[in-house]
Amino acid sequence: MGQLFENLPNPGFQARNPSKDPPMSLPRKLKDHAARHAEATEPRPEAARKQAAQGKLLARERITAILDPFSFHEYDLFVEHKCSDFGMAKKQLPGDGVITGTGTILGHPVAIYAQDFTVAGGSLGLAHARKITKIMDHAIKLGIPLIGINDSGGARIQEGVNSLAGYGEIFYRNTLASGVIPQISIILGPCAGGAVYSPALTDFVFVVDQISKMFITGPEVIKTVLGEEISMEDLGGARVQSEISGNAHFYAESEAECFEQVKRLVTFIPWNNRKKADPFGAKAPDAALDLERIIPSEAHRPYDVRDVMRAVCDGSDFMEVQELWAANIVVGFARMDGRTVGMVANQPMVLAGVLDVDSSDKAARFIRFCDAFQIPLVTFVDLPGYLPGVDQEHAGVIRHGAKLLYAYSEATVPKITVILRKAYGGGYIAMCSRHLGADFVFAWPCAEIAVMGPEGAANIIFKGEIATAADPEAFRKEKVREYTEKFASPYVAAANGHVDAVIAPRQTRDFLLHALEISEQKAEQRPARKHGVPPF
Amino acid sequence: MTIRQTFLLNDTAYETTLTRKYALRKPYAPKDPGRVAAIIPGLILEVLVKPGDRVRRGQSLLVLEAMKMQNHLAAPLDGTVQEVAPVPGDTVAKGQLLVVLRRDPDTV
Repeated sequence: MGQLFENLPNPGFQARNPSKDPPMSLPRKLKDHAARHAEATEPRPEAARKQAAQGKLLARERITAILDPFSFHEYDLFVEHKCSDFGMAKKQLPGDGVITGTGTILGHPVAIYAQDFTVAGGSLGLAHARKITKIMDHAIKLGIPLIGINDSGGARIQEGVNSLAGYGEIFYRNTLASGVIPQISIILGPCAGGAVYSPALTDFVFVVDQISKMFITGPEVIKTVLGEEISMEDLGGARVQSEISGNAHFYAESEAECFEQVKRLVTFIPWNNRKKADPFGAKAPDAALDLERIIPSEAHRPYDVRDVMRAVCDGSDFMEVQELWAANIVVGFARMDGRTVGMVANQPMVLAGVLDVDSSDKAARFIRFCDAFQIPLVTFVDLPGYLPGVDQEHAGVIRHGAKLLYAYSEATVPKITVILRKAYGGGYIAMCSRHLGADFVFAWPCAEIAVMGPEGAANIIFKGEIATAADPEAFRKEKVREYTEKFASPYVAAANGHVDAVIAPRQTRDFLLHALEISEQKAEQRPARKHGVPPF
Repeated sequence: MTIRQTFLLNDTAYETTLTRKYALRKPYAPKDPGRVAAIIPGLILEVLVKPGDRVRRGQSLLVLEAMKMQNHLAAPLDGTVQEVAPVPGDTVAKGQLLVVLRRDPDTV
């Protein structure tokens, strides 16, 4: 990589002839340095106007907006490309279209890069890629989170296979860094073709309405090959990636809102996998959130499970991840006694909180992030089971559903489960039951832990008797009541030790805080292996 | 909280909201093996059969060019051609019906 930094004479400056010109004095060198710096960093007015017309900030403005004031330190400003084909030798590209450096976010150190669309469309050539891989290597070695701002037209075609090599080297490092340092991708412009796989390999993808565009093949190719017409926004805009594909984790209406989300996330996650997330001062939850009033006692009535999460966590401050996609499961970060926890909960308000292909996928990925970064998991259970349907079976709900079982079983961070209401069948097992290694399982008195709901169970068990009864409906109701009394409670599970404690809703925060506190030093040894083979 | 949509599972009607994806899901329709549809959008290069033709399973019915490949669409069963929808030069969409076959009764 050393050859990258042997600078060729920069045509933007007075090329000096060392044999004729006298050596420069220090003041002249300083002036020369300032001139070089200004030349490389000052935006080109025409390109800057174009960027602004699209509601986009310049790359440098974006970095400044995310990082703490004056904390950004830039590296490799004078890196130049070495491509001489197709007239590229005459093209001078400041920083080769990408800005790299380090800084802090609310005091947390981060490595950052931002592609600069005003320089050759942010296109990625080898020097551009090597600046990115260098800052990635730094981040991995130093153990600090990596933030990438993507705004690029794609491969720099003039550089041919060297451009592809650059992408490959980035993907390789994204993979090596996975589970070692948190990786955040912010999509603030086009990110198309192979380029999308860098964000896809990172932990969190942020998108902004009307600005972010992600796809493997764009509208033009789709039109030529398939004859289907679709706009960029409808194909791979921010809304689509957040709500339909599940590729994005955070959706914002503006770049400013997006940067606030990034900053907030950084406060919840650790610097690297060897360190726990920085603690915050503990803060009681909002007293207005009363757990006994949030949940309706009838198992078929809905509520917003996020109110339960807010009612137990510090300051009722819950940061939801992938809010718009697979909303039948809720995942996100919160703090308990100042320490970050990952929370997972079924959402009865959406699709009755069932598990399906997307919700299993979403929760499994989140659980693996938490496990990799020493973040304890708190799971709230209230689900009627898996979503039935031909589309689900054909989409591979078996394979995707297995990811959730795998992720929970594999996780060795403290795992605490609270069964709020329904926990039926396979869903009960999947939602971090004792059987998948939960350290503590608590259940509320209204919990119903059974193979299925009383209606369905009674209809199956007493099918023959119901059919021949003098009054089938009265008999059926009687049997439903009987089943409800006997099985629709937490006490059968508690009698078998599958539930550690049946607790009143108002005791939940206390039990969670205590369980987390005593789990602080949890260490679990597993058989040695290179790696598991999860069903993905 | 009042939510009007219901979701029936194991004889229990849950009050909830449905996701857009769930609401828009396509109902399942069993596949009729005699109906040959375009596997990919593309251009019909050649039509090799006409109504009334007897075809054997595996025999090419037509050539569909897509993604720079000439795809031979083969008869899924032994039968008689009842209907041929496209002519050479037609652009067809994915899933568009191209040929209808009637299975030979003796080969069932």
